[in-house]
Amino acid sequence: MIHADYLYILIGMGIVTYVPRWLPLVFLSRLRLPEWFEQWLDLIPAAILSSLILPILITTGEPRQLDLLRPELIVAVPTFLFAIKTRSLAGTVVVGMFLFWLAGKFL
Amino acid sequence: MLSMNSEERTAPWPAAIKDGAIGAWPICLGYLAIGLAFGVIAQKAGLSPLEIGLMSLLVYAGSSQFIAVSMLSAGAGFVPIVITTFTVNLRHMLMSSSLVTYMRNLGTGPLSLFAYGVTDESFALNSAKFRSGNWDWRRALVLNHTTNLTWIASTVAGGFGGEFIPAGAFGIDYALSAMFICLLIFQLRGKVYVIVAVIAGLLAVGLSLLIPGNSYIVIASVLAAALGVIFKRSPRLSRTEERT
Repeated sequence: MIHADYLYILIGMGIVTYVPRWLPLVFLSRLRLPEWFEQWLDLIPAAILSSLILPILITTGEPRQLDLLRPELIVAVPTFLFAIKTRSLAGTVVVGMFLFWLAGKFL
Repeated sequence: MLSMNSEERTAPWPAAIKDGAIGAWPICLGYLAIGLAFGVIAQKAGLSPLEIGLMSLLVYAGSSQFIAVSMLSAGAGFVPIVITTFTVNLRHMLMSSSLVTYMRNLGTGPLSLFAYGVTDESFALNSAKFRSGNWDWRRALVLNHTTNLTWIASTVAGGFGGEFIPAGAFGIDYALSAMFICLLIFQLRGKVYVIVAVIAGLLAVGLSLLIPGNSYIVIASVLAAALGVIFKRSPRLSRTEERT
């Protein structure tokens, strides 16, 4: 059985998660955006990807601390090089997983 | 309403379903591992598989679900959990904004269906695929919902207490990191993108050490992209930059 309290929490969580995902798509897509804003949006993916991945690779713990010896970071170096060289998403994912699995065995 | 123009460039549904579902595989692999782990943790916190599946369906945002479960087991109520979820997931607003470029001339219906599936991972993968061409809103929509179904199924399976994949097996925990690494490389299409990525990464690391939570993602991205625009628009700074 689902408790009503739990259901209310889920609905609340769902709304505050969905609305920020929905608002820009529905409203910005109708507007003519100024050129500087289009340029800014064009740079957002590079900025977000970098700010997502880098802290995962070189910080750890709660509160977070720098840790430059994490297997995540050591494996990231050859994975980066492989991605630059091959530009293959499938290859990079497989190689990254394999190297991380190896690192788990030997590091 | 769909304009004729965008309809012409859009794949028919059977092709879109095939391309979208196949294209989603790196995310599905990652979600399988994280989803199972989430299900196991949620089950240990006292949630039933039905309750877990309902959360994955109604919320569909991995990190906020982990946080909500730990808050629930600590006895937190509606307001703190909902406020925390809001702040943790606000970064998706930035991602939806950035996807607008590829989602013009669509009705509210398709946009609303698409919005539900905007996650860090689907945003990153769809951005790269839109950019490379041969991608459209239908394929993107199918990709989003394929990853969503994988997430729901994996979290429910984990909720039955099954650690079906032994910890660390096949390096599956690294699937999403490797995907992000490769998609970041795809985004570096010129000097200004590299500069923005370096600034964003350094800012994100610095901020992540100073402030708890994940607001560092939004702050670092907004600032770094703004600096990138200044760089691009300043003739003196970007004289060597080729027009993109």
